[in-house]
Amino acid sequence: MAILTLAGKSLWNRRLTSALVVFAIALSVILLLGVERLRTQARASFANTLSGADLIVGARGGPINLLLYSVFRIGDPTNNVNWTSYRTLAAHPQVAWTVPLSLGDSHRGFRVLGTSRAYFEHYRHGRNQPLRLAEGREFEGVFDAVLGAAVADRLGYRLDESIVIAHGAGEVSFALHDDKPFRVVGILARTGTPVDQTVHVSLEGIEAIHADWRGGAPVPGLRLSAEQVRQLDLTPKTITAFLVGLKSKTAIFRMQREINEFAAEPLLAILPGLTLQQLWDLMGLAENALLIVSGLVVLVGLTVMLAALLTGLNERRREMAILRAVGARPGQIFALVLGESLALALAGAALGVLLLQGALLLAGPMLQARLGLAIAGWPPSSHELILLAAVLGCGFLAGLFPAWRAYRYSVADGMTIRI
Amino acid sequence: MTGSSAIQADAIPAIAIGGLRFRWRPDRPWVLDIPTFTLAGSERLFLAGPSGSGKSTLLALIAGIHRATEGQIAVLGADLTALSGSARDRFRADRLGVIFQMFNLLPYLSVLENVTLPCRFSAARRARAIAIAGSVSAEARRLLAHLGLDDPGLEGRAAAELSVGQQQRVAAARALIGRPALIVADEPTSALDADRRLDFVQLLRGECESAGAALLFVGHDRSLASHFDRVVELPALNAAPSVG
Ligand SMILES: Nc1ncnc2c1ncn2[C@@H]1O[C@H](COP(=O)(O)OP(=O)(O)OP(=O)(O)O)[C@@H](O)[C@H]1O
Ligand SMILES: [Mg+2]
Repeated sequence: MAILTLAGKSLWNRRLTSALVVFAIALSVILLLGVERLRTQARASFANTLSGADLIVGARGGPINLLLYSVFRIGDPTNNVNWTSYRTLAAHPQVAWTVPLSLGDSHRGFRVLGTSRAYFEHYRHGRNQPLRLAEGREFEGVFDAVLGAAVADRLGYRLDESIVIAHGAGEVSFALHDDKPFRVVGILARTGTPVDQTVHVSLEGIEAIHADWRGGAPVPGLRLSAEQVRQLDLTPKTITAFLVGLKSKTAIFRMQREINEFAAEPLLAILPGLTLQQLWDLMGLAENALLIVSGLVVLVGLTVMLAALLTGLNERRREMAILRAVGARPGQIFALVLGESLALALAGAALGVLLLQGALLLAGPMLQARLGLAIAGWPPSSHELILLAAVLGCGFLAGLFPAWRAYRYSVADGMTIRI
Repeated sequence: MTGSSAIQADAIPAIAIGGLRFRWRPDRPWVLDIPTFTLAGSERLFLAGPSGSGKSTLLALIAGIHRATEGQIAVLGADLTALSGSARDRFRADRLGVIFQMFNLLPYLSVLENVTLPCRFSAARRARAIAIAGSVSAEARRLLAHLGLDDPGLEGRAAAELSVGQQQRVAAARALIGRPALIVADEPTSALDADRRLDFVQLLRGECESAGAALLFVGHDRSLASHFDRVVELPALNAAPSVG
């Protein structure tokens, strides 16, 4: 007890050095826990987005790519699926439902998704939760739009607002479908998934704005008004991908093979969970590298502590002699120095956790809005607690060395004041 | 003054050495070889000797920091050669006051905390300090006042802000707190100028007398010797060949 108060006062006496050491450890802990949290939360977030489909079908290409563009709205599709192929497969006796997806346009940086009303019925996020409308209704007319929660939030849109869709996915686009504005008829409740960043319209709407376009550009001299377009047959010729729900889960692999061998055009069917796992396996290497780097940064932080304690030790030899003279045992000298390292490591870890928490509190809404990543704050996961315990354990081990040195000094010096 | 308590205290010598030999390592020559030496229970002794003659080494043996290689050494009736290392540490905490040549104080403690430091390591000294003055800090204040450090602003100051002379007096107060029966002082005056030396020795001696403590005072300056009951030259005691 006497020794602990002394350790505290001695640390306070060297408070500038102590503060720097604590700060260095805190920074390393922030990095370590930050990487860990981002990793697990990204995984959880991605898993929450999986859409509840048994299969996702797109043009033949990379399975991960298909998963990314169809569900996560990341990257661009390479090829489309013919409408007739889609209709054929949708009518397959094993298929319970399908949701067509048509991507490629955007509204002020948010992706526009052409789909059917089956989307609202069958799309699932989180723990099998359906989509819910916060306001308004599903789209009915050709030029109706339903906004994700983040879109409405960020752009400040209310119901009945008129919006213009741009060609391509960029934030700034010069090819606007401004002759055919859409009307906001509904706003979805927040899901914490990319659905929040999406503008939903009907497949017919997508078809309508491209009616006077060919090959990604307006046809010169051909201008069709919204009214004229409504009279056309707006059945799409192609879609980007579609989600499939099966009547029986046992048919998944058979159905997947059947689609992959589809005769009319080369298609790819993936199991979303399995492909996500592939993605993680791919990312695992990078994640581990990141974890190792942040682990090394923790070691750097602890080395800073070690350096500070060891430099201090030499000038503290006379302090040890005084303590010995008033009756301190060498073991108590050992405990004094070890206690200091532990206090520094503990303070550093605590500060790191607090700063990280504060940063997440500040940056959380931004991450949620921009990346659809919901980074939960408190409490730290059990895995994070294990990492923290490891940091403290390493702090303890690092502290053993100066403590042992001090012990040796105090035995050798006895009461001799060495300067 | 030969009261019965003094006789009783004298009955147990503060230090009793017989056939003591000490060397730092088996391959080194003997540093100390003292056939016999006694310090009476309330004696104030001045121990002189050239540099390197082993004075500090002898003090470390008496304080139980190091163990005698051969022979007997009893302090305040306790046979130090029979005690374990931690038992000797405990014994030192309870029964001894130690003053160094300089750098006696922990820089991160206040003056008052420095004086009361031994009471953190010894419950016995803590209890005695409380018995005398009612509380540990009251006893510390009483000792500081006796040693001429009664400025009330002083006790809260950091030890590093004191003059060397003040520091030595604070060290004396620390050695004396909780009434240890033996004070060992290793050249406590050598960092002081001549006037202050005399002051300090008189103060220390006076405090030891009123506390009934024996004093083993190591020094170079033989002009101080007249203030002690006895003067001993270590080379005269020590049969080990001097290596200087
Ligand atoms: N820790 C140590 N390890 C090995 N030898 C030591 C150690 N401390 C002192 N010595 C040796 O022991 C001998 C006695 O040293 P000591 O410090 O007791 O002398 P001293 O009489 O106190 O001298 P001074 O008046 O200069 O303080 C010296 O030869 C010294 O070199
Ligand atoms: Mg000496």
